[in-house]
Parts: sequence; structure tokens; C-alpha cells
Amino acid sequence: MIIILMQQMLNGLQLGSVYALIALGYTMVYGILRLINFAHGDIFMISCYFGFFAAIAFLSNAIPTWLTFIATMMVSMLLTALVAVLIERVAYKPLRLAPRVSAVITALGIGLFLENFTLATLGPTPRGMPALLPNVNYRLGALSLSSVQILIIIISIVLMILLDRVVQKTMTGMAMRAVSYDKATASVMGVPVDRIISTTFAIGSAVAGAGGVLYSLAYPIINPYMGVRIGWWAFIAAVIGGIGNVRGAMLGAYILAFVEVFTPMVLPSSTYRDFVAFTVLLIVLVVRPTGLMGRVTAQKV
Amino acid sequence: MGLKSRMTLVLVFLGFVLCILIERSGLLSAYILQISMYVGINIILTLSLNLVNGYMGEFSVGHAGFMAIGAYVSSIITVRVFHNQMGPFVFPLAVIVAGIVTAATSFVVAFPSFRTRGDYLAIVTLAFNMIVKSVLENIDALGGPRGFMGMGRLTNLVNVYAWCLVTIFVVRNLVYSNFGRAVLSIREDEVASNLVSVNTRQMKIMVFLIAAFFAGVAGALFAHVMQFINPRSFAIQKSTDILVMVYLGGIGSIFGSVLGATVYTVLLELLRPLGVWRWVVGPIMLVILMICRPTGIMGLKELTGLIPREERVLGKKEETDVVTASN
Repeated sequence: MIIILMQQMLNGLQLGSVYALIALGYTMVYGILRLINFAHGDIFMISCYFGFFAAIAFLSNAIPTWLTFIATMMVSMLLTALVAVLIERVAYKPLRLAPRVSAVITALGIGLFLENFTLATLGPTPRGMPALLPNVNYRLGALSLSSVQILIIIISIVLMILLDRVVQKTMTGMAMRAVSYDKATASVMGVPVDRIISTTFAIGSAVAGAGGVLYSLAYPIINPYMGVRIGWWAFIAAVIGGIGNVRGAMLGAYILAFVEVFTPMVLPSSTYRDFVAFTVLLIVLVVRPTGLMGRVTAQKV
Repeated sequence: MGLKSRMTLVLVFLGFVLCILIERSGLLSAYILQISMYVGINIILTLSLNLVNGYMGEFSVGHAGFMAIGAYVSSIITVRVFHNQMGPFVFPLAVIVAGIVTAATSFVVAFPSFRTRGDYLAIVTLAFNMIVKSVLENIDALGGPRGFMGMGRLTNLVNVYAWCLVTIFVVRNLVYSNFGRAVLSIREDEVASNLVSVNTRQMKIMVFLIAAFFAGVAGALFAHVMQFINPRSFAIQKSTDILVMVYLGGIGSIFGSVLGATVYTVLLELLRPLGVWRWVVGPIMLVILMICRPTGIMGLKELTGLIPREERVLGKKEETDVVTASN
């Protein structure tokens, strides 16, 4: 029993890491624009396709696989960031002064567009991601650990720490926090608001791009609608942690992943996992309306 | 009774006659008839969501959850309880019961709205939608993920038309009453309206109750057009559709909702020859519209005929204040 529990813990860590990478994009964009970027799940899906095509293009016997893996990761992150910045410039920027809801509806529209554009151009057949890395199974006593699993957890955690450092320590990070705190004042203080917003989109999506490649290595089936469910789950993770808070998003992602992994152990069918996850979400929001690590803002009258 | 209201009555009556004529004569093809019914059902859904999102200023994204409850309750009544007997008599009753049961569930969403609003309440409604779908998928007696079938085609144009009118009537009279002013004040500033002794809790419960009732009604009508429902037809995508119709037409506008629902439904049908590309072109048009006209087609304006006469001058002044509210 303990073994199964430990094993599931590992699976939860793996899944949680991927969720966290996607949740970061939600939470960063929300923090800076107060916009729920509903297209983010589909940006993740796009990044999986970028990863897929890059992997196919690079895969040959001449190059060692780890190099292919790194190249794939880079290409996917770069292209995803590019797409996201393009979307931000074309669709969200004109709406900066419009009612917030219009931007949310636009984001929904962009999400639908990305899904269906992929569906229309690449077809509904799921693609299988080629195995970029040799999948070795290590045994730790009775526990089994795959190399992909270890890699995902390590890369994700490194990326998250890196991101946290960027937001907390660098000039860009400081500008981001300034813009998220007060856009108007930040621009008066000489912060290039538009550029910082684009940078935020780029970073958030690049991280999601890394998440996309890692995800498709672990669960190697890619289809145009995969972004919907994972996007929603990452979004919920961001909310549980307190949307707008980078560390909260990571915490929420791991909580949610553990819920997803452990539900089938307790309840008879895996179809209950949505039910359990959302009930957890509801309870968290009723007890702490701004999420676990969210800031409570005072209301001025 | 003034000339105006008499004219309205005549128009309503003519509408009924037209509906019956269309149904009996077979003038329009079954396809067009079906689309008209979808338009009607979407109008009901859009209006009821507009009450919550447009007039009260909350951001509810789980309307399809309410719709699902209405659809299942009404189907259980007509299929399981009455075994498809006496359909035309049972059906209106089933629709009303479905609405009432749905309204009862709206407390799940109304109570969290006391403590939180904006994006967090949006998540609560989203969670509600997902939970409803998940529960329905796990009840084997209702067919689980396979769905529920056996309903007769009890919805007809007259039914839909009548319920549309009821919805428009109720929403319009609510909005231009004292109650409606209290609801609008919540949208403008909740704290301030609390201070001037608006019972915001009661208002929220009432608005969610009414909105859920009509969503349930729409669900019941929908179930008996389709004659087959499964949990997937009430997924978050359906809620998104309703949201888009509300914001396409313009929040806080009854005519906007009617227009939004009609345009969206008809347009998607007209784009059908495009095949897969329909869903590529549709969202692009939506995005372009949002960029060019962020407040929707009607943009917080109301068709003059729908505003009570004594309010028409007042209404003009309000428009300017309201734009800032949704921020």
C-alpha cells in the first residue's frame, strides 16, 4: 500500500509539474493585465505541435538524442512565445482600455480559433510524439522511476525557480511587478508598459511551451483539443493558489495533480476526478475567497 | 390601457398566429423550423445570463450547468414519470417544474457570491458547471455519459415563442422596477449600494434564482427539440456560446440579447458550408467585432420601444455613466 502511495506521489509530482508550468502563464498574465487569458490552454496545445514538428525535423541518427531534445525544447519555447506575443499585439492590445470582459471574450475567441485552425489544417487525427529520450526505468526498492519522469520534475522545478528569481530579482521582474501593481503610475515612472506586457506574455508562453514538450514526452498523444482540459485544470490550479501569485500557482498545481492522481484510488471510477477537483476548488474559494496565497485587497469606498 | 400596450398585445397575438400557421402549413422546411426554435431557446438563455452578467455585473460562466439540470429534470418527468403519455398537456408543466428545480440549485452559486465576486465568482460558476456535468456522467440511471433519450418532440415553435415572450416580459419589467434599480446599483458599486440599504444578498439570490429558472426552462425546451441529451452537450463550451451571445449583443440590453442570440445562431448556420473552417471564421469575426465594438452590437443601449415611456429621458443620461462600470 505504501509503495502504491509513493508511486502515485511520484506520478502526482510529474503531472503537477506540467500543470504548474502552464498555470504560471495564466497567473502572470492575470497579474499584469487582470485578464483571464482563456487562450492559454490552446497556446499550450500549439506548443505541443511545435514540439512534435521540431522533433520530427531534428530526429536523425547523426545527432545524439539529448541534443535533439534540447533543440526541440528551444524551438517550441521560442515559437510559442512568438505566437503569444503576436496574439497579444493583434487581439489584446487594442482592448486595453475597453471593459475587461470584452478582452475575456476576445481571449475565448482566440482560443476557439487556435483549436479549430489546428483542426482544420492538421486534421483531427492524434499525432504520436516520437520518443526523444531513452526511457530507462530505475528501481528504487519496490519503487519504479522512469528517466522521463525524473527529467520532467527536475526541468520544471529548475524553470520555476528561474522564473521566480526573474520576477523577484531582475529589472524586468521589478517592472512587471510595478505594472501589475499600478499600470498608470508605472508608466509615469518610466516603465515601458507595452514592452513589459509583451515580455510577460512571451515568458509565460515560453514556459508553457516547455511544459508542452515535457507533457508530450510523458503522454505522447497530441490532438487539437488537448489544450481545453489541461488549460482549464491549470487555470483552476492558478485560482486555488491565488491568481496573480506565481508561487501560489505552483502550489495549486501540485495540489490539483495530487487530487487527480489519488481520486481513482479512493473512489471507484476515474470520472469522479473532475467532481473532486472542483469540489476542492469550491471549498477553497468559500473559505479563502482569494485563493490560498492570494492577496486580500482592501475595498475603498 | 393605452394605444401602445394595445398595439403590443396585437403584435404578440399576431406572432402566435404566425407561429401556428408556420407549424401547420409546413411552409418552412423542418430545418428552418428547427433553427428558429434554437434561436428562441438561445434568446431565453442569453436574456437570463444577461440578467446576471449584464445587469448585476457578475461574471457567471457556468450557465450551461443550469440548462443541464432543466433538461434532465424535464426529461425525467416526461419519459420516466408520464411515459410519454399526454405529452402536450404534461410538457408545459414539466418545463415549469424543471425551471423551479433549477432555480433551487442556484443557491449553490448565489451563496459564494456573498463573499467573493469578479473573477473568483466566475470560477465558482465554472466549477458548478463542471460538477453538474461530472455528476450527470456518473449517474447510471440517467444513462451516464451515454446520455438520456426517448423524449418525444414536444417542443414546438409556439412553445418557444411563448417562453421567449415570458422571458422578455419578466426581464424587462424587472429591470425597470425598484428591484431592477437595486440590481443595477450592485453593478455600479456593491459597497455603496449596501450603504444606502439595498439588501444586496437578497438581490443576488433573487437574480440568480430568476436567471437559473429561465436557464432551466431553456434546457427543458432544448431537450425536447433534440430528443436526446448527454452531459457533453452541457459542457463548458455551451456556456461559452451563451457568454458570447450576451457580449455579442451587448450587456445590459434586452434587445441586444435578442439580437446577439439571433445573429450568432443564424450566422453559425449560414457558415455551415465552410465545414471545419466555420469554427475558424466564426471566432475571428467575434474577435474583430470585440476590437471594433468592445461593448457589443447594442453597446448598453436599449431599443426605445422596450423602455417605459417615463424612463426614456433618464435612460439617455445613464448610458454615459454605465460604460465605466464594467471595469
